[in-house]
Amino acid sequence: MNTTAEAIETNTGNLRASDFDGERAFEGTLGDITAAEPRMECREVNVWYDANHAIREVSLDIGKHEVVAMIGPSGCGKSTFLRCLNRMNDTIPAAKVTGSIKLDGMEVLDRGIDVVPLRAQVGMVFQKPNPFPKSVYENIAYGPRIHGLTNHREELDELVETSLKRAGLWKEVKDRLHQPGTGLSGGQQQRLCIARTIAVSPEVILMDEPCSALDPIATAVIEELIAELKQEYSIAIVTHSMQQAARVSQRTAYFHLGDLVEVGATGQVFEDPQHHLTRAYVTGRFG
Amino acid sequence: MSDTVLLLVILAAMAVAFQIGRGRAVRTAGGPAGIKHLHSLPAYYGWYLAIWVGLPALVVLLAWIGLQERVITALLVQQLPAELTAGLSEGRVGLLLNDIKNLATGGITAGDVTPAVEAAAERYRHWQGIATAAQWALVLAVALAGLTWAWRRVAPDFRARNRVEATLLGILILCSSIAILTTLGIVLSVLFESILFFQRVPWTEFLFGTQWSPQIALRADQVGSSGAFGAVPLFTGTLLISAIAMLIAVPIGLLSAVYLSEYASRPLRAWSKPALEVLAGIPTVVYGFFAALTVAPFMRDLGAAVGLDVASESALAAGAVMGIMIIPFVSSLSDDVINAVPQSLRDGSYALGATQAETILRVILPAALPGIVGGILLAVSRAIGETMIVVMAAGLAANLTANPLESVTTVTVQIVTLLTGDQEFDSAKTLAAFALGLTLFAVTLTLNVIALHIVRKYREQYE
Repeated sequence: MNTTAEAIETNTGNLRASDFDGERAFEGTLGDITAAEPRMECREVNVWYDANHAIREVSLDIGKHEVVAMIGPSGCGKSTFLRCLNRMNDTIPAAKVTGSIKLDGMEVLDRGIDVVPLRAQVGMVFQKPNPFPKSVYENIAYGPRIHGLTNHREELDELVETSLKRAGLWKEVKDRLHQPGTGLSGGQQQRLCIARTIAVSPEVILMDEPCSALDPIATAVIEELIAELKQEYSIAIVTHSMQQAARVSQRTAYFHLGDLVEVGATGQVFEDPQHHLTRAYVTGRFG
Repeated sequence: MSDTVLLLVILAAMAVAFQIGRGRAVRTAGGPAGIKHLHSLPAYYGWYLAIWVGLPALVVLLAWIGLQERVITALLVQQLPAELTAGLSEGRVGLLLNDIKNLATGGITAGDVTPAVEAAAERYRHWQGIATAAQWALVLAVALAGLTWAWRRVAPDFRARNRVEATLLGILILCSSIAILTTLGIVLSVLFESILFFQRVPWTEFLFGTQWSPQIALRADQVGSSGAFGAVPLFTGTLLISAIAMLIAVPIGLLSAVYLSEYASRPLRAWSKPALEVLAGIPTVVYGFFAALTVAPFMRDLGAAVGLDVASESALAAGAVMGIMIIPFVSSLSDDVINAVPQSLRDGSYALGATQAETILRVILPAALPGIVGGILLAVSRAIGETMIVVMAAGLAANLTANPLESVTTVTVQIVTLLTGDQEFDSAKTLAAFALGLTLFAVTLTLNVIALHIVRKYREQYE
């Protein structure tokens, strides 16, 4: 930690007002954007909301069996980037996306692609728990039903049970499967949403600040769950908590005003950041 | 005339009192520099004085206006020579009094002007003069007393703002109770008339009888006026027409709401939602003649073309037009509740790979269902109470039938026919209208209560 303290002493003087005005020249992402076994490969992704250039030339891989954390100050475009990965930006009429995003070699941004199977492969968990106003069982069964994943009732029962077990929620809800999902606590609701996502067997799970509405204990439970899910799924998580990024992720990407400034192994980004903005952010100079 | 002038005088006095109160408040505080020692802003002291001048004076004025005529009339009757009123019924005395008053105010009299009547008219004029003078004196005295009382209380530590605000609160409460009291009054008046009706016709016959023929024989030998008051055919008629209306309004309204809230682009929605709501602004009498002159003959011709016997005042025509009238109710209310479903639920569903149709059918509509049901119930109560369309397009024959091609009549149509024209208000025929009205009111009130309850319960779910 000695090096970090020195870094504060020596490097915070590098922060300039122009770092925050969006006009500065961007020199390119520092660090290695590639993953050893890539699941998703994003190249030169740009997003506009009408005239507002929300993210610029972002290239990043998301590997198999790893958690990639995206950090950065509010409004830096990390959630926008996340929503490109399963084309959730399609629901916003003003949004325009260019570049290339490949999932297992298949182009995601292609106009002709059907977003329905894509979103089944790339699931998403939102900032605020959003269970449907249905029973716990129906919340989980919703995805498998619309995709026709099961043929009869027993199979569906089993899928619901395994999904809830993987999300670590089974013990808490097995006696109240047919009560409303909205009646669970906030942390339970969020795990219900994760279970709902798992039930359609995705390859990638996107998490948009999944713990920001939860208390520390519920957060710890979800973080443990993320560590377990990593065995089977690729996970991209947006978070405001640097401690959380440090705890759960293997690689960390730092976004600043629509640019991907730096990517690297989590330990390296937090202990020896290359870019002065990353250093200033992870040492708490701003954010 | 005199009352209006007095009212203006009171208002002027209030304005003066306001100035006096404000000035006195500033003076008691020791000039403009001392305003900070006052409990309230100077204007509140002004308002306090204005209220004390205006309110009691207005109350006295209103009471006087209400009582003056009665008191003078009572005095007039008392002073009339005994031979003038002897052997006259109450109504005749009333006519005589009218004559006297007309004579006094220079109008035309109906009867002969006898010296006794002229003397009475002279007395009436005299008393009215006294009454007006006394009214002015009393009202102005009350205003002055109020001014003095309030003036003496003005002091720096007097809490004028609290008093003024309490008075305002009282006025607000009074205004909001007027609507409630009016409803209560209507209910009670209908209730009392209905009780009179049920004294003549047992309520079991009214509620369960299947014969409706409200004509009562005036002479013993009159034919065909049996006077049967079984309301069942009327209520089945109302239900039949309402059911046809809902069959048209619910699917069309609901589907257009789904289109408008989920599929339509923002500019299209901004344009078409008000356009749809224009349907609700068309006067029902216009719908009525549209139904009677266009839709009903069309249905009859259509029926004739396929070999069906359609009555020219069929339930189908009235119900169909009523359904069109109700579409905006259903669509507008459903649109509101569908929009109230949080975007996060849509996102959650899309993120699982659901299509837009699946999301609407399996997530949004179930979530919005209680609100939609509430909206539909409100539309039903509107359909049941609707009058003009059925008066013009539905028949008068009280047929007990479920066939939409036949002519039926409704509760509202019968109320209209029973009460239009000259009626004697002590016959069962006329009183039946009140019993029908009461029953109708009970039905729509129940539906509204249920609907509001459902809507409220639904609202709580997302807040």
